Amino acid sequence: MTEQVESLIKKDYAAGFHSAIESETLPPGLNEDVVRFISAKKEEPEWLLDWRLKAFRAWQEMEEPTWAHVHYPEIDFQTISFYSAPKSMDSKPKSLDEVDPELLATYEKLGIPLHEQEMLAGVAVDAVFDSVSVVTTFREKLYEAGVIFCPISEAVHKYPDLLKKYLGSVVPQKDNYYAALNSAVFSDGSFVYIPKGVRCPMELSTYFRINEMNTGQFERTLIVADEGSYVSYLEGCTAPMRDENQLHAAVVELVALDDAQIKYSTVQNWYPGNAEGKGGIYNFVTKRGIAHTNAKISWTQVETGSAVTWKYPSCILKGDNSVGEFYSVALTNNFQQADTGTKMIHLGKNTRSTIIAKGISAGRSDSAYRGLVRINPGAEGARNYTQCDSLLIGDRCGAHTFPYIESKNPTGVVEHEATTSKVSDDQLFLCQQRGLDAEKAVSMIVNGFCREVFKELPMEFAVEAGKLLEVSLEGSVG
Amino acid sequence: MLKISDLYGKVEEKDILKGLSIDVKPGEVHAIMGPNGSGKSTLGNVLSGRPGYEATAGSVTFKGRNLFDMDTEERAREGLFLAFQYPVEIPGVSNMEFLKAAVDAKRKHHGQSDLSSVDFLKLARETCKRVNLDASFLKRGVNEGFSGGEKKRNEIMQMMLLEPDLCILDETDSGLDIDALQVVADGVNAMRDGNRSFLVVTHYQRLLDYIIPDYVHVLAGGRIVKSGDKSLALELEAKGYGWLENEVA
Repeated sequence: MTEQVESLIKKDYAAGFHSAIESETLPPGLNEDVVRFISAKKEEPEWLLDWRLKAFRAWQEMEEPTWAHVHYPEIDFQTISFYSAPKSMDSKPKSLDEVDPELLATYEKLGIPLHEQEMLAGVAVDAVFDSVSVVTTFREKLYEAGVIFCPISEAVHKYPDLLKKYLGSVVPQKDNYYAALNSAVFSDGSFVYIPKGVRCPMELSTYFRINEMNTGQFERTLIVADEGSYVSYLEGCTAPMRDENQLHAAVVELVALDDAQIKYSTVQNWYPGNAEGKGGIYNFVTKRGIAHTNAKISWTQVETGSAVTWKYPSCILKGDNSVGEFYSVALTNNFQQADTGTKMIHLGKNTRSTIIAKGISAGRSDSAYRGLVRINPGAEGARNYTQCDSLLIGDRCGAHTFPYIESKNPTGVVEHEATTSKVSDDQLFLCQQRGLDAEKAVSMIVNGFCREVFKELPMEFAVEAGKLLEVSLEGSVG
Repeated sequence: MLKISDLYGKVEEKDILKGLSIDVKPGEVHAIMGPNGSGKSTLGNVLSGRPGYEATAGSVTFKGRNLFDMDTEERAREGLFLAFQYPVEIPGVSNMEFLKAAVDAKRKHHGQSDLSSVDFLKLARETCKRVNLDASFLKRGVNEGFSGGEKKRNEIMQMMLLEPDLCILDETDSGLDIDALQVVADGVNAMRDGNRSFLVVTHYQRLLDYIIPDYVHVLAGGRIVKSGDKSLALELEAKGYGWLENEVA
């Protein structure tokens, strides 16, 4: 059976092609001039350059964290290029017709058509290619509703007050090693603002693509939901297959003001490296949201890609009655490593949080759930429920759980449940005796295991996520 | 339908079946009885192709074909069905999804297209009713949190949906109360149509009060030691298995 499982999870990485697009790429290396170059390239105001430099200086003083349950050679930041943009973007295209057809074809190939009439109705997309935003669709329609959805590089110029107020307000420049790096060199990303009382009329989505070799991607996303508003935001990502490891260090900040709701969903499919563990993306990401009074932040993530993942989407439940949710599926195969989880920081009274984390390990991979639940002294009546389930496929993989619970208020209630199970021979046999082939059986069993998380995803994404798991698992049984 | 000739089989490294022969013709119901450890469950597992169970000698033809030329799922699609003694749970996978995948796999094998969701739902609901299960049961995870009786009725329901040619019931009566036993037996009897064959493996004669077999075989030490009609089952009930083992020895 182990052998059977093995061969079932082996399949090629479908998004692994490289597009022949002429790029302007900064030579590898990192110093203050690079930071200044990026800022100048974006024609940034003085305050932002200062902000970046402050981050860069802080970063130089910081040490790379080593506490995660992952192993990889030390990263030499002088070998990475910190900026790459398709040449055709030099004079910014005003409409889709002016965008390099090769770029559009790339997204087409990934199943993300950018022509509005061909798109899934009701999803607006911001496409980020290497270091720049290529195109943002449906902007006018959103504008009518008062919703701002644009590249963050553009927001710097158009909405400086919002940017100044909120950039770094949830993840400060010096928050951690990779957040500091990102703050210094971030190139683009999405900015979203939902005005008071507005329910965003469509799903917003950003699609990240790394194309160039030896290039890091450092995008920054900032979402502000003003009082009583609602937004659902999706994030997807892929990269070509390369023998070298590539660095992706993003920062996402969410601000949910009083009574607002933000639903943030990610399907992460960065290149995971080949079956021997060569290549793949290092995904070191800081994601955090702050929820004010009666606000709600919900993170849903499906992680199937990357060679190494280090990521903890978190909620600071600042306002009374605010709610934080974290739903996660992390699948690792071959030699992938993932250390992922969440932090729920309860500050306000009657704050509630739910954590449902599902880890699936196959091949020789290793996956860890790491989660912190902290109930501060002032958080009267705070509650948390955590459920961590691990599913093992084969007998050479690992699953680990590192829960941290700090309750400083006697009225707090924290529950933690954890299970570890295997795709059993008996389950496989039942399916096969009913006529299903082994591959279909494993994917059905794994999908069943993830059901609680998938049901939190927007419809199209849930289907996509199911398919992605199937692909990622192919070859795990044989 | 199923011709087993001088079959030897082992589980891991242990020889369990030692020269077993049975000939099941279309439409017949054969009961296989025997003491614990005689190889009753092994027979069903070897025939259905469970990993770890291996036929070492002898031959089995199913519908005229060498059974061992087919892998587990092909035997199933060709119409061999095993109702499990201990049905396993598959959390999160709804019965509905599981049953449809099974029915579609069989249809595909026979060159038919998938049933539409609407048609399948209708069919599944009717089948639920036949085994006295509430339709809400289709939405629950496969065997997840089912009682013993529900699990067995679920097996019968799968059998009805898949319409197999040969049904092997592996101690389906174990752990059933009398009402559930009746439901299971009614289900089986309703499926007897003169062509479909049944291999009913049981420890007790009780089930055979409801499912009347054409033949009764006694399995001991991996072989059939005695065959007869339904009266043999009653004799076993009265005398136990001990006398047979002595007789054979």
